[in-house]
Amino acid sequence: MDHLAVLVVIVPLMSAPVCVLLDRSRPAWLTSLVAAWFSFGAAVMLLLRVSAEGPLRYSLGGWEAPWGIEFRIDVLGGYVLLIVTAVAALVMVFARHSVEQEIPHDRIARFYAALLLVFAGLAGITVTGDAFNLFVFLEISSLASYAAISMGRDRRALSASFQYLVMGTIGATFILIGIGMLYMMTGTLNMIDLAARLPEVSDSRTVRAGFAFLTVGIGLKLALFPLHLWLPNAYAYAPSTVTAFLAATATKVAVYALLRFVLEIFGVEFSLHAMPLDRILVFLGLLGILSGSLVAVFQRDLKRMLAYSSVAQIGYMVLGIGLASVTGVTAAILHVFNHALMKGALFLALGAVAYRVGAVTLREFAGMGQRLPWTTAAIVLGGLSLIGVPPTAGFVSKWYLVLGTLEQGLWLVAMLVLFGSLLALIYVWKLVEAAYFKPPPANAAAVAEAPLSMLVPVWTLVAANIYFGLYTDVSVGLASRVAHDLVGGGG
Amino acid sequence: MSEFAFPPGLVLVLGGLLIPFTSNRRRLALLLGLPVLTLLVVWSLPDGVLVRTTFLDYTLEPVRATAEGRLFATIFAIMAFAGGLYAYRQASTLELTAAFVYAGSAVGVTFAGDLLTLFVFWEVMALGSTAVIWAASTVSSQRAGMRYLLLHLLGGVVLMIGIIAQVSTTGSLAFEPMTPDSVPTVLILIGFLVNAGAPPLSAWIADAYPEASPSGTVFLSAFTTKTAVFTLLVGFPGADILVPIGLYMVFYGIIYALLENDMRRILAYSIVNQVGFMVAAIGIGTEMALNGAAAHAFAHIIYKALLLMSAGSVLLMTARRKCTDLGGLFQSMPVTAVNGIIGALAISAFPFTSGFVTKSLETQAAANEGMLLVWLLLLAASAGVFLHAGIKFPWFVFFQKDSGLRPPDPPVNLRYAMWLFSFLCLAIGIYPAPLYAILPYPVDYQPYTVDHLVTQFQVLLFAGFAFFVMLKQMRRTLTISLDFDWFYRKFFKEIAGEFTLRTSAARDAREEQALAGVLRMIDRLYKHHGPGSTAARTWPTGSMVLWVAVLLGVSLLFYYL
Repeated sequence: MDHLAVLVVIVPLMSAPVCVLLDRSRPAWLTSLVAAWFSFGAAVMLLLRVSAEGPLRYSLGGWEAPWGIEFRIDVLGGYVLLIVTAVAALVMVFARHSVEQEIPHDRIARFYAALLLVFAGLAGITVTGDAFNLFVFLEISSLASYAAISMGRDRRALSASFQYLVMGTIGATFILIGIGMLYMMTGTLNMIDLAARLPEVSDSRTVRAGFAFLTVGIGLKLALFPLHLWLPNAYAYAPSTVTAFLAATATKVAVYALLRFVLEIFGVEFSLHAMPLDRILVFLGLLGILSGSLVAVFQRDLKRMLAYSSVAQIGYMVLGIGLASVTGVTAAILHVFNHALMKGALFLALGAVAYRVGAVTLREFAGMGQRLPWTTAAIVLGGLSLIGVPPTAGFVSKWYLVLGTLEQGLWLVAMLVLFGSLLALIYVWKLVEAAYFKPPPANAAAVAEAPLSMLVPVWTLVAANIYFGLYTDVSVGLASRVAHDLVGGGG
Repeated sequence: MSEFAFPPGLVLVLGGLLIPFTSNRRRLALLLGLPVLTLLVVWSLPDGVLVRTTFLDYTLEPVRATAEGRLFATIFAIMAFAGGLYAYRQASTLELTAAFVYAGSAVGVTFAGDLLTLFVFWEVMALGSTAVIWAASTVSSQRAGMRYLLLHLLGGVVLMIGIIAQVSTTGSLAFEPMTPDSVPTVLILIGFLVNAGAPPLSAWIADAYPEASPSGTVFLSAFTTKTAVFTLLVGFPGADILVPIGLYMVFYGIIYALLENDMRRILAYSIVNQVGFMVAAIGIGTEMALNGAAAHAFAHIIYKALLLMSAGSVLLMTARRKCTDLGGLFQSMPVTAVNGIIGALAISAFPFTSGFVTKSLETQAAANEGMLLVWLLLLAASAGVFLHAGIKFPWFVFFQKDSGLRPPDPPVNLRYAMWLFSFLCLAIGIYPAPLYAILPYPVDYQPYTVDHLVTQFQVLLFAGFAFFVMLKQMRRTLTISLDFDWFYRKFFKEIAGEFTLRTSAARDAREEQALAGVLRMIDRLYKHHGPGSTAARTWPTGSMVLWVAVLLGVSLLFYYL
């Protein structure tokens, strides 16, 4: 049972070379599928155990913490791990047909290897208890994701991937510099030890510079406005599977890293009260919400539209953290979960449309309600969740976010948050209008509904959107528990 | 939850969604059966909270039966029945579906025991009604629908913030009487008032409603403003601020209706006027006043729908909507004319009609409270109502000059719907006891006293007198017979004409300005946020890195300070 903590990462990590060795598309897919579902099962068991018995510590190779690397899973880590593995498991089901169509046949096995490495890296970030190890996993996932993005059908995927590589590397370097500075001051890389020793030295310039490098570096990975510029192209031109997987998980893991470093290692007192990071986050979060939503309103390429909407959604999460209150952080963590559900559903559904129709722009989307009724209906429901219409999951996180802003008397911020929802309503409406109120283009060929292997994951996520909008015990319960742990009961 | 209670609103909402899958006979059965079923559900539910669930940390009460709610739900269901009958043959599938979802969510609001349930139905109503407007599928209806939707969504945002703030201060979502003395409650009040058509946002009613199809307007007239009245009645009884707001609406409606030429816009302005009476009565807040507001809303839905059905029939048969293009239709459309006149008499509170027995509750409540000014203004307004809706509409459409049009009466389903509501108008007027019995508070009031009858006849007589004295000005003929007449015929007419022209010109200019402003803003937004703009284009990697450097520098600066 204890070994699950490491197996959840090792299994996908080791499956990657197996895929390359098999070098045939069907076995590679099967391997990935099994690995992802195994990790998902392990994540569920880990979360159950952690939430019942408290944090689980696992020393790699039997070396105790200060010397060896320690995996440490608490409720926050388990929660994000569950999101990552669940999305991975569903995406792998979806992947088979989509990948066969979008990726050249001789590269499929290597594509799955890359996808598995991204997955292993992201899962690793959530379980590790060691700051440097976190950086290593971050690099594993990033490098693999550059490779996966560059395999997109569109030739622009290559340049998008290159830009992401440059930006991502700068971000990772910043994180490394930040971790290095902390190591210099405290002499430890273990997160718990760091958190214990930092307060003594927090007045030094080195720690503050380290803090700056870390926050900006994570901000880059997070696509925090205005560091989001790499994201739209990367999402728009990557293969559908990769877009869906990254949109639902990569930025979420970055939010996790931000929470871990800012709230736990540096501590709320230092990060959000002594340093003005709270105001910076609120300000940039709001800018991201408004700018991202506005750009999304005018986009004609649907993948780009949703990519910009992701920038806005990340704004909501960052805003919640910036509020520095239990409710705010609850909203942020909750939105990490809910956004994974809605964006996963939306990007997967767009992938299904792309599978049947080819590219997806607003013009090609005309009349889609008749051509692909089930897929389009899923997009509409996902869109409703994105807006935050009750009774969808999106509503619950918006509710907590607005509650958090009002607790602190930030009326204007609350207005702007809801105004952002109105903008979301506009771009979702444009989708609905095109799909149901416009006739299909004259030259549109008749198409069959997307295959079941695509519809099932899409509708699973859509159903989850509605389920977690109605029954919030699990999602809200865990999120508020984590927020209490991080921010402290009183705050 | 002791027993299972089906939310009454969902009967119409879910049933309405079945409409697209039916045709002809089955559709008619659905249109007539659903409202009846709703009525059965509404009246089979015992008082009190019937369904309770928890959401987040709060208790929701999606079904809470109260006397007020049942009263409003009843009239909404009756309205859906008659509206469905009226619309059955000529309305599009989209319109019928939207109208039933709209009506169902209005019923849902009346049974909402908590603010969140209320809000959900509130927003569905906004979407449903917008779809009803759009179902007219004309260019002007698309635009008006968009303006309508934006306004209501904005109102929804205000309401939502109010609700969340209320929750964070009181910790409860219950929909109970509030006093507007804190920011959250004021926001909730504003959210409600937007839907009631209160100033300064009264214009949306006359802007949007007349753009819908003939049957669409009938549906629209009933639900949105009256649910707002319901929420005010339950949420803010006796809030003083509502009295002046209501009076403003009363006179706003009268003045604009008198200046208006489009028959359905006249009736739309008169909705503002009538809702003003109810809002003012809620502001007075005594049991009698609240009874009056509820009863008036009940009666108003019937006669206003009747008037709009009559106007809609004229529009349907002639395709004209301006009073100056119509006239003399009595000869060929007697059924429509008779029903229109019954509606007009009812809205004017003519004795033996529903208006007489309900509106007088409100004026009497003002008198009982010793609010002399309010009472005088309401009485004066009653005369004004007779002027603009009671006489102006039927006179110019059915009598006056002969326009030469000889359209027949509308199809049978429209006629039945009109007869049904005419019957209700008269039945309530002659025998008000059943309506009084279902009002929220016990009624101890006898409308048919000599005193009251005389007063009312006097008001009506003088208003009628005034109308026919000024008739010549109203239809703009130029016969001057007496020197002295010149003052009020020519001089006042010129002033009035000038006023009309100026105000309408100013209004046009303002509307144009606002529209141009909005378009300019969208253009500017597009320039900066559209595809290929600064915010959306693909940046060179160098500039991206520059941003990183800027942010790092700024962060360092902040952290070191």
